[in-house]
Parts: sequence; C-alpha cells; structure tokens
Amino acid sequence: MTTKEPVKDPLNLIITGVGGQGNVMISLIIGNALVKEGYLVTIGETYGASQRNGSVMSHVRISKETQYSPFIPDGRADIILGMEPVETLRMLGQFGNTDVITIVNPRPIYSIDVTAGGAEYPDMGKLMETVKELSAKTWTINATEEAQKMGSPIFANTILVGALIGSGVLPLDKKSVEPVLREVFPKEVEANMTAFNKGMKLISQ
Amino acid sequence: MASIDIDATGTNQLLIGNEAIARGALEAGIGFAAAYPGTPSSEIVGSLAPIAKKMGIYAEWSVNEKVAMEAAAGASFAGIRAIACMKQNGINVVSDFLANLVMTGIGRGGLVLVSCDDPSAISSTNEQDTRPIAKWLDIPLVEPGDFQEAKDMTKWLFDLAEKTGTICMLRSVTRIAHARGNVKLGELPKKEQKAYFDQIHDLRNVMPTTFIPIPSPLRHAFLHLKLDKALEEFESSPFNRYVGPDKADLLIITSGSCWLYSQDAVKALKLEDKVGILKLGTLWPLPERLVEKHLNKSQKILFIEHIDPFIERSVMEMAANLPAASARPAFYGKRSGHVNAYGELNPDLVIKAIASIMELTYQPRDIEYGKKAEDSANSYVPERSLTFCAGCPHRATFWAIKNALKLDGRSGFVTGDIGCYSMALGPAGFFQLRTLHCMGAGTGVASGLGRLGQFGFKQPVLAVVGDSTFYHATIPALINGIYNQSDFILVILDNGATAMTGFQPHPGTGTTAMGESAKVVSMEDLCRSLGARVEVCDPFDLTGTTATLLEMMAEGGGAKVAVMRRECELVRGRKEKTPYKVHVDADECIGEACGCDRLCTRIFLCPGLIWDKTTGKSKIDEVICTGCGVCADICPQGAIIKEAA
Repeated sequence: MTTKEPVKDPLNLIITGVGGQGNVMISLIIGNALVKEGYLVTIGETYGASQRNGSVMSHVRISKETQYSPFIPDGRADIILGMEPVETLRMLGQFGNTDVITIVNPRPIYSIDVTAGGAEYPDMGKLMETVKELSAKTWTINATEEAQKMGSPIFANTILVGALIGSGVLPLDKKSVEPVLREVFPKEVEANMTAFNKGMKLISQ
Repeated sequence: MASIDIDATGTNQLLIGNEAIARGALEAGIGFAAAYPGTPSSEIVGSLAPIAKKMGIYAEWSVNEKVAMEAAAGASFAGIRAIACMKQNGINVVSDFLANLVMTGIGRGGLVLVSCDDPSAISSTNEQDTRPIAKWLDIPLVEPGDFQEAKDMTKWLFDLAEKTGTICMLRSVTRIAHARGNVKLGELPKKEQKAYFDQIHDLRNVMPTTFIPIPSPLRHAFLHLKLDKALEEFESSPFNRYVGPDKADLLIITSGSCWLYSQDAVKALKLEDKVGILKLGTLWPLPERLVEKHLNKSQKILFIEHIDPFIERSVMEMAANLPAASARPAFYGKRSGHVNAYGELNPDLVIKAIASIMELTYQPRDIEYGKKAEDSANSYVPERSLTFCAGCPHRATFWAIKNALKLDGRSGFVTGDIGCYSMALGPAGFFQLRTLHCMGAGTGVASGLGRLGQFGFKQPVLAVVGDSTFYHATIPALINGIYNQSDFILVILDNGATAMTGFQPHPGTGTTAMGESAKVVSMEDLCRSLGARVEVCDPFDLTGTTATLLEMMAEGGGAKVAVMRRECELVRGRKEKTPYKVHVDADECIGEACGCDRLCTRIFLCPGLIWDKTTGKSKIDEVICTGCGVCADICPQGAIIKEAA
C-alpha cells in the first residue's frame, strides 16, 4: 500500500481536465496534505480559462530538498491524474515518458469544436488503448459515473483524490488527507468522505 | 488549509504568491489595502478583505487602479502603512498619479505598489513588462523569486519605503502570483494604529508639511537622493544571492520565477558544477557593485527574465562603464536571440538557451516514446476552444446582438474591451466583436465612430462593457459621447459581479470588499442623469432584447444605453437550484435534415448541448447543462424542451 517515502525527488504530478471539473481543488487538497507531512510543494495552475471549459492542468512538484518551479519540464511527469480522457492524452503527448503512471476518468467532455463538427473526438476504445500504450501503468476510474450515482457529478474530483491516494503513488495515506478534506468541504464532509472512500475502493479493485 | 491570518509563527503554509504578499503586508502592520481586481493580482486584496475586520485593517475594491493608488497614498499621508495592488494594465491607469507622487514623496506610513505582470497575456489583452516604469519614474523596485520571498520582501519593502520616503514597487508575475508554494510565517504585529494628517510633524520645516510636487526640479533632485539611499540597501540585500562554482563556464543572471526555472534547467542538464546563477531580488536601481563582483565569475553571461530585457540592458549599460582593462564577457539573452523578449518563459526554454550556448544536447525522454506520444496527441486530441460557461447570460446577449444587427441590415458592429465578453471575438460570441483594447476603450472608440456621419458613416455601433468596467473606465467616454452627440449604443453586460477575476463586488452590487452593505450606484439612474435614453433588458428574453436593440438602432440620434441584466451563472448556481430540466425530444429533432443547419450545436454552441453522432440528433450533456433554458427558444423545430425543475 502506501509508502511514506517518495520513490523519486522531485515527484512530478499532473492533474488535468476541463475548466469547472475541480482541478484546482484536487491540487489544493494534495498540496496541503503534503506540506503538513513536511514536503516542499510547488503547484502551477492554468488559471483564467479554468471556469470556461478550456483544457486545464495543475503541475504539482513534490520534494524534500528544494522548492521546484511551478512547471514540470517536458517529458518529466511521473503521475498524470486525468479527469477527462483526451486531456490525459494531451498531457502524455507533452509530459509523458516510459515510466509515467496514469489514473483516468473515462467520461468525455466534448469541446465546442467537437460539437460544431470542426474537430473529431476520438473513438473511446482507441483513445483508452493509446493512453495505456503510453503509460507504464493505467488505472481507469469511472469517477463521473460513480459521482452521478451519489447524486452529483461534482463528487468526481473527491473520488479521484481517493483513487490517487489509494494507488499508493504519492507519499500520502488516508490519515494525512482526511483532515484536509474536512477543512476544504466543511459543509459536505460526509458526502466527500464517502466519495473519497469510494475512490480508494475503486482503485484497489 | 492555509489562511493568511493565522497566528502561527514559524509554521509552514502552502500559499499562492498573492496570499504570501498579503501575509507580508499583514506582518508589516499595514492598515490600508486597495485594489481594482485584475488577473493575476486579485487574490492579494481578495485574501485581505475577508479578514480585514478581524485584523483591524481596512480593505477595499476601488473603482479603478488610479483611485486605489490615490486612496492608499491618502492613508500613507496620515501615517498608516498602505498597499495598492494591480495587474500590469493598472500601472498604465495609475501612471499619471505615480509621476506626481514620486515628486511629493509619501507620508509617515510606508507605501507599497504591487504590480502583477501576465507574461504571454494568459488573462490579458496585452503583454507588458511594468518594470520599466520604475526606471522611468525613479521608483525602487524588487521582484520575489519564490513564495517565501513574496512574503518577506513585501514586509521589508514597507521599511524601505519609510526609510527612503518614497513609494516602493514589487513586481510579480503569474507563476509567482498564482502558483503555490511553501511559506514559513512570521509574526503578526499587535499594535494600535492612529491616523492623523500631521501638518507640522517635521519641526525643521518652517512651512507646514505638504505633499506638493513643486518646485519640481528640486523635488526631482531630492528623489534621486532617495534612490541612492535605496541603492545602498540593495547592494547588501539578502534577496540577491549567488549559487554555483567560483569560476563558472556560464553565469545566469535572473529574477522572479525565472530564478526557479534557471535552477530547474541547471539541474536537468546536471551542470551544477559548471553554471552559476546570480539571482537578483532588487532590480532598480541596479546594485552595480554586487553585479560587477559576479561578472568576473564567467566569460559568458546569460540573462533569464520575463518579457523585456530589463536587467540585461541595465547590466550592459553598467558594463560600458567598467575599467577599460577589465575583461569583457559575452552577453547572451534577448538581444542575442537566445531568449525571447515576448511570451512566458519556462524551464524548457531555459534549458534550450543554456544547451545552445554550451553546445550540448538534451534528451528529456526516450526518443521513440516521445515521437509516439506526440504523434498520438496530435492525431487524436481535439481542439478545446474557450467559450462562455453553460447558462452564461453573455451568450444570450450576443445572440440577440447578432440577430439585431442582421435584421437592421446596415452592417452594424460591436466595439469592446476586456472581460469574459472579450470571448465574443470568437465562436463563443458568434464572432461579433470587432475592436478590443483596454478597459472602457470600446465606448471611447464608439464615441468617435458615432461622429462620422458627415463622412457618410451610417453603420450602427454597439459598444459592449461589463458592469464593473462601466464604473472603472466607461463613464467619461459615455459623457463624451452624450455631450458631443455621438450616435452609438452602450450595451452594459450587467451580470452583477466582476466575473472574470473572481466575482468581486463593485459599486453596482450593494456590497463592499469587506462584506458591508452599501448604497448601490445605479447605472441606469446615472446614465439617465447624463441625459441618455436607457433600456433594461433580460438577455434570456431573446425576442424582447433583439427587438429593443433593433428599435434603438433605428431611432439613432445620440448615445443610448441598453443594460443587459442577468446574474452570472457561476454566482447564481452557487445560491440556487437549476431553474429548468432541459432535454431534446428525439422524435422532434430531425438533425441534419432540419433547415436550421444545426443552429443549436453548430452556431449557438453552449457546451451543455452536444451532437450525438450515432443518432444524428442533438442531446443535452446533463453533467454540463445548468438548465437556463435559453436553447429551447432558439430551436426552430421546438425539439428542445424545458420543464420547471
């Protein structure tokens, strides 16, 4: 399961998705939990377009030694958490490498370019196959689907936080993340804890 | 979770650069903070305002940056430490006051100006380096290289301002302002503050203490002495430091987030023993003695800084004065073409510059993998153009504008400025926007266009502004248009918030930054008092809005105002439930066979509407749709159904 020592320094995590999905929230939860554990954490976000259906990404850089820059250099991601499948592939294209681990929510969000017909959304089977080919390991987590079962697609991001922690790729465990979740969602603690546990369970299956 | 008001000296918090600056101001004991919101600067006053009451300070969203700076200066004149914050464009707005303020000097309270630049203009109309204004107006300038420095420098800058008697400036960039990193907190002061405009506080003066820039040449000479004082501090400042070997193959001189990129790049290339980095925190006046000492470290100097070659030119200027006998290093940077003088830099661009100078090759990943990953992304990943949010009133407004201009038939067009509605330059707003410049510019441009009748100009002109922009910079242009009888329509997109920068309140909202209620400055009453005809529309009433705009265009004869009033969907959605449940009746939608050319999914383009390729019909994406119901009114077939939710 979870190890408290990072496998690599710096450990480079990318969280990607579409504006409105809650990218920043995930990076905030992970980042705060890591700082409490004594890590130096730098997070770079795509702002501005974040509310408006654009491609968004957060770069999280984790180290015991140095405050790294908010940009992961090309080809140097260790983990990609994809809230949307083509956005995951977009990140692999620029930041992927032979050792990269991906956790993907396969629910597509069509861009207006796709809706209008000017761009093509790839066939889901082919898309997921490509993501797997470009990753050393891939977990597929149906976060949106599970969140809708809980009553709102908004819980998808907490489910994915659970999956990320459950995967053991970060030097964090449930105990270090839970208090941060309680602070971030003071009004919705129970629902978010349920979502978090759901994510942990889904990744262990 | 990090909060900037916690009294926990010595603890590590994860803060964005803007929060770190705000914390630094608190640790310095500020009493007054003023700003106009603008990305990437908004979270400084944004994080101070909610805790202002508790901390015993005052914070406001000022009507614009010039007023923010003037208000903060007022506080300084009465002995209260004050901060004014803005994005790069704000520096342009505030420059006239600043040019006078440097002549008068500040009051007993330290005064700090924060400018957050936006390299690559990610959330701006223009890319602009604000550092040159420090040189232009003789202002001591610093730039933090990480999050800790953003806090520490801000705190220190208030001392410097009081020591020198002049305003001091901190320049930040997006990747400090909006990035997050570790910050170790310092102590929060616990002292009562008393404001008093002391008119005889300097007993050596026979005249009362005043803030008057006259006689200007004398004041200017005095200002230069203040700069000398700042320079003395800069020469020994711990914010300037060197890492690397005593003799280096290459010396990088850098500042700001470029300091972080430079360290990343040197590490990635494993050149820690060969490349030195001189990180400057105090930029103007340039600490020449310090720089000269480090120039001897290498025969090759590379400048890494955001946007303009500011440090690069200053160092080269200085190098021209070096003793003739000293060795001349080769300078690399923006002038030599190794680094761009535009666009945002990042570790990869620094790696490229170093590799090119040192003739190295750099391979970040397996070549074959890289080729496959790039090819796959290029062939499968679709474009994701920006658009208005699902349920955004602006989409409805631009739909009405588009149809009204078409029905009017005189080739009318739209002028505008910066805000969410700038997206009307593209498919989001049906390509309606024809001009886009600074805040309020569309209205000034329209007031000129509307006076061209004598040259045969007959095209209707609609100037769009946001509600916050209306108060910020539009009123003089509207008065100009009304008084000079210019023919145009000012369309105010009133969504009840400064939406693009994070929903800050403005004089039309009835709330202040600190959450107190205030009397609304009614935009329609104000416009009517100026003599303009004013109509208020609900943009979700597409038919009514289109008819009103059409009729106003037909009437002509002077400047008019149409207010499009509908709350920002992101604000409404946080308070209320979805108004409608929307679905597409698959029996009624006839897809491509309909004469509408897929009006809903090819033209209207709300992200909540998608095209189902398998059935050849439109469909609602229930994860995205916010249930505004506007699309039900555009479907000629009546296939989009809205039912009360």
